Amino acid sequence: METIKLICIGCPMGCPLEVERDGDTVTAVRGNTCPRGDAYARKEVTHPTRIVTSTVRVQGGAAPMVSCKTRSDIPKDKIFAVAAALKTVEATAPIAIGDVLLPDAAGTGVDVISTKAVAAKN
Amino acid sequence: MKNVDLVIIGGGPAGLAAAIAARKAGVQDLVILERDKEPGGILNQCIHNGFGLHTFKEELTGPEYAARFAEQARELGIPCKLNTMVMDLAADKTVTAMNREDGLFQLHPKAVVLAMGCRERPRGALNIPGYRPAGIYTAGTAQRLVNMEGYLPGRRVVILGSGDIGLIMARRMTLEGAKVLCVAELMPYSGGLKRNIVQCLDDFGIPLKLSHTVVDIQGKERVEGVTIARVENGKPVPGTEEHFDCDTLLLSCGLLPENELSRGAGVDLNPVTGGPAVNESLETSIPGVFAAGNVLHVHDLVDFVSEEASAAGAHAAAYILGGEQEADTRTLPVRCENGVRYTVPTTLRPACAGDTVTLRFRVANVYKNKKVAVYAGDTCIFSRKRPVLAPGEMETVLLKGDVLRAHADAAQLTVTLEEA
Amino acid sequence: MYDIIIIGGGVSGCAAARELSRYQADILVVDKEEDVCCGTTKANSAIVHAGYDAAHGSLMARLNVEGSKMMPALAKELDFAYDQCGSLVICINEEDRPALQKLYENGVANGVEGLRIIERDELVAMEPHIADEAVAALWAPTGGIVCPFGLTYALAENAAKNGVKFQFDTTVTGLTRLDDGWRVETDRGPLEARCVVNAAGVYADKLHNMVQPDDPMTIVPRRGDYFLLDHTAGDHVSHTIFQLPGKYGKGVLVTPTVHGNLLIGPTAIDIEDKEGTATTAAGLDEVRAKAGLAVKDIPLRQTITSFAGLRAHELRHDFFIGEIAPGFVDCAGIESPGLSGSPAIGVMVADIVSQSLGLEKDPAFDPTRKGILDPKTLPMEERNELIRHNPAYGQIICRCESITEGEIIDAIHRVPGARSLDGVKRRTRAGMGRCQAGFCSPRVMEILARELGVEQSAVTKSGGGSRIIVGTNKDVY
Repeated sequence: METIKLICIGCPMGCPLEVERDGDTVTAVRGNTCPRGDAYARKEVTHPTRIVTSTVRVQGGAAPMVSCKTRSDIPKDKIFAVAAALKTVEATAPIAIGDVLLPDAAGTGVDVISTKAVAAKN
Repeated sequence: MKNVDLVIIGGGPAGLAAAIAARKAGVQDLVILERDKEPGGILNQCIHNGFGLHTFKEELTGPEYAARFAEQARELGIPCKLNTMVMDLAADKTVTAMNREDGLFQLHPKAVVLAMGCRERPRGALNIPGYRPAGIYTAGTAQRLVNMEGYLPGRRVVILGSGDIGLIMARRMTLEGAKVLCVAELMPYSGGLKRNIVQCLDDFGIPLKLSHTVVDIQGKERVEGVTIARVENGKPVPGTEEHFDCDTLLLSCGLLPENELSRGAGVDLNPVTGGPAVNESLETSIPGVFAAGNVLHVHDLVDFVSEEASAAGAHAAAYILGGEQEADTRTLPVRCENGVRYTVPTTLRPACAGDTVTLRFRVANVYKNKKVAVYAGDTCIFSRKRPVLAPGEMETVLLKGDVLRAHADAAQLTVTLEEA
Repeated sequence: MYDIIIIGGGVSGCAAARELSRYQADILVVDKEEDVCCGTTKANSAIVHAGYDAAHGSLMARLNVEGSKMMPALAKELDFAYDQCGSLVICINEEDRPALQKLYENGVANGVEGLRIIERDELVAMEPHIADEAVAALWAPTGGIVCPFGLTYALAENAAKNGVKFQFDTTVTGLTRLDDGWRVETDRGPLEARCVVNAAGVYADKLHNMVQPDDPMTIVPRRGDYFLLDHTAGDHVSHTIFQLPGKYGKGVLVTPTVHGNLLIGPTAIDIEDKEGTATTAAGLDEVRAKAGLAVKDIPLRQTITSFAGLRAHELRHDFFIGEIAPGFVDCAGIESPGLSGSPAIGVMVADIVSQSLGLEKDPAFDPTRKGILDPKTLPMEERNELIRHNPAYGQIICRCESITEGEIIDAIHRVPGARSLDGVKRRTRAGMGRCQAGFCSPRVMEILARELGVEQSAVTKSGGGSRIIVGTNKDVY
């Protein structure tokens, strides 16, 4: 049985959380003000995840780069693998928000999608 | 000179929300003047997530958040002049602006919403001694280079100031391949959100050195290193200097509302926020000139910018469409004390309060187990417990219009912190 | 072989180049930096001293007064910003009055016109923010302020217009006497000229000592720290305010600038490093402490930058201008009031060189130059005509100073033109304002890259190794 202190990153409130854990089982979460905090705490002490946001190069676009994100959170220890996988990705304009720029990024099963529309160059 | 109903200066989150609200309230003849090549303002370079939880109940990135508002403005047919710089706002509300196509032109609106946003405090204003080589950037400049243009402005980075942009850039630079050596913060607490310390610094093992500042910058052409030292009572402590070999110093040392146009027009400014002094309708000292967003006071969350700007847009619409205003209604000053640094608004007319009035403020220090209280004269009209208050976070209090009207004869409103 | 090589593209070298361009001669200006105006000329008080300060009988005194008298006409001819705002030397102690009187007498002896000692009442009427302790002042109506960049670029551009060539990024490493002139060794290969002008600022002693080791010169870089305040503070004083040297030491000046800022400084700290332009906490503290002695309520919170510049202080404290060996002309020890004296310095150097080489006047010499057009000075209709003709003048790039793309493009294509962010900044003021280039620098980089035909990653802050960008996203993966 151990108690782990966390700061919730679910929203900007940043609630201080206390998680009680028995081996791999979370037995209690305290300090959260919403269900999001409870979910974050359980995940963070067992298999922490993050959304990764980044940019990739654009071919033939009105802007040289397009911003992107993982469609959902990915394992925290895969952050750098996802970033590295984006190095060689080149998106072709026009790009709409939500376009898949890299499917199954770094074997996470999660797509990287565009977060910005980029028109074709003129 | 062209007559229009409403000119909105700035097409960032505040300007877009104000325009949308004004149009929905019935203002037909309005225009947004935006200096950049696309609407959305600084959100376009804030590619991280965490925006929109309040507004859209989901977590969006900056460009996605901006796109939702820009799209709505477009659907409502709100004209937005891009690449257009407002050069002057006159006391009679004449707006002088310029772009490549129209040249220099003037608009004479019935009302104006100021939505120019804020800018970063530069190195010069911080009086950091040393050389002035390349490699010293505000976090926002670095953010633009990395996120919009794909250029890395440095490989070994020290960040001064733990404002949110600095924290966000610590993570961005790390993910793009730079090594962030530390974040130094002059104050004994961070100016950024706690979640950003966790997910931008802790996640990557980047140390946050509270009560530290940069005391020297080395390198004549490009930054070669910086020296940081511990600070006590505002002064660096000799003997605590620590050197970092780095090629870049990023600055995230505060944001300043950008009120050159407001000042030129003669709008009264609040010396604490650097933004206009406004009443409950977010109207400045010039009738018909409203302000919202970071030009008014620096916000922590864009959701609150949108909310505030929607209110400003609605008030501007009421001003334009409502005809005669209640000129001689009673106005209460809003005072702040006991660690409350400022309030927006700074004056309040109970007769104009509507259903609710939103009071926003920041505190001067980190406080635990306090109560936020609002007094009308000597009567407490609002009280709420707050386990933690921090300067990095904006506080919001909703006051009921009925309660305010019931205390309309009070000498003043006072916002204060008390022991819980 | 050139007729003349001028080593150093500061205000002295450029003034000499411009005056020599009146003659038929092949002239080259070499500088170790990427632009003119990068050394002592870059960072100083931007003052045109009236000329009461320099010791009577010195070369410094003579050239200061002459230069100051030439400045108004030169500013018109070459279209640079200059304002004869007048200066005041403030006396804050009754016991220092004799020193004030002495300064007045020295000024009269130097030939400074209009000098007058004024009493507190008149002083307060002229400068409402003057310190409560001020008892009297020396009023010098011919004192002025100038943009040191504007002056130097004007001289350089006019010289270039009249045929002078410029070679940058070139450091002189040696000098060899030839039968008919000099070989100038540089890190970019040797150059030859019939005559060499040593206008190398803080390095002038090194060149002098190569030529005349028996009568060596020692130039000590004397550092001055400054604060520059925003336009909002620019009208805090309306004249240049000096402190009378007294029991508090030399004091610092408080002055408006020609662009409406407020400038405060400098310190005077002798250092060894000829590139030592780093401000120090102690230096900045000293300026802060002294500024208030003559002027009260200075809004230091409106500081937009602090910087340090070097003065080329020769130990004997005078200008040294003369032909020290056949075909080798010193223009050395040009510390304050070198900027003020520069028009006269240029003439003096040109006289010496032209006589030495027996040069003929060039009948095609054109003494005029138009500065970079500031659209803010145009009436609305003319401004719109300009934008219709060239839409780049409708695009604001620097928000703080309202500088358009048109002005920046003009600055880049001048000769000598801007090649870096600082080059653009000094010519147009883009990046000089309250946000200190935070907003406009990526945009100016884009324009520089486009106009110069280089990659954006090659754009520097100020030449050499001062790259802004060091790589591209994820290039380490």
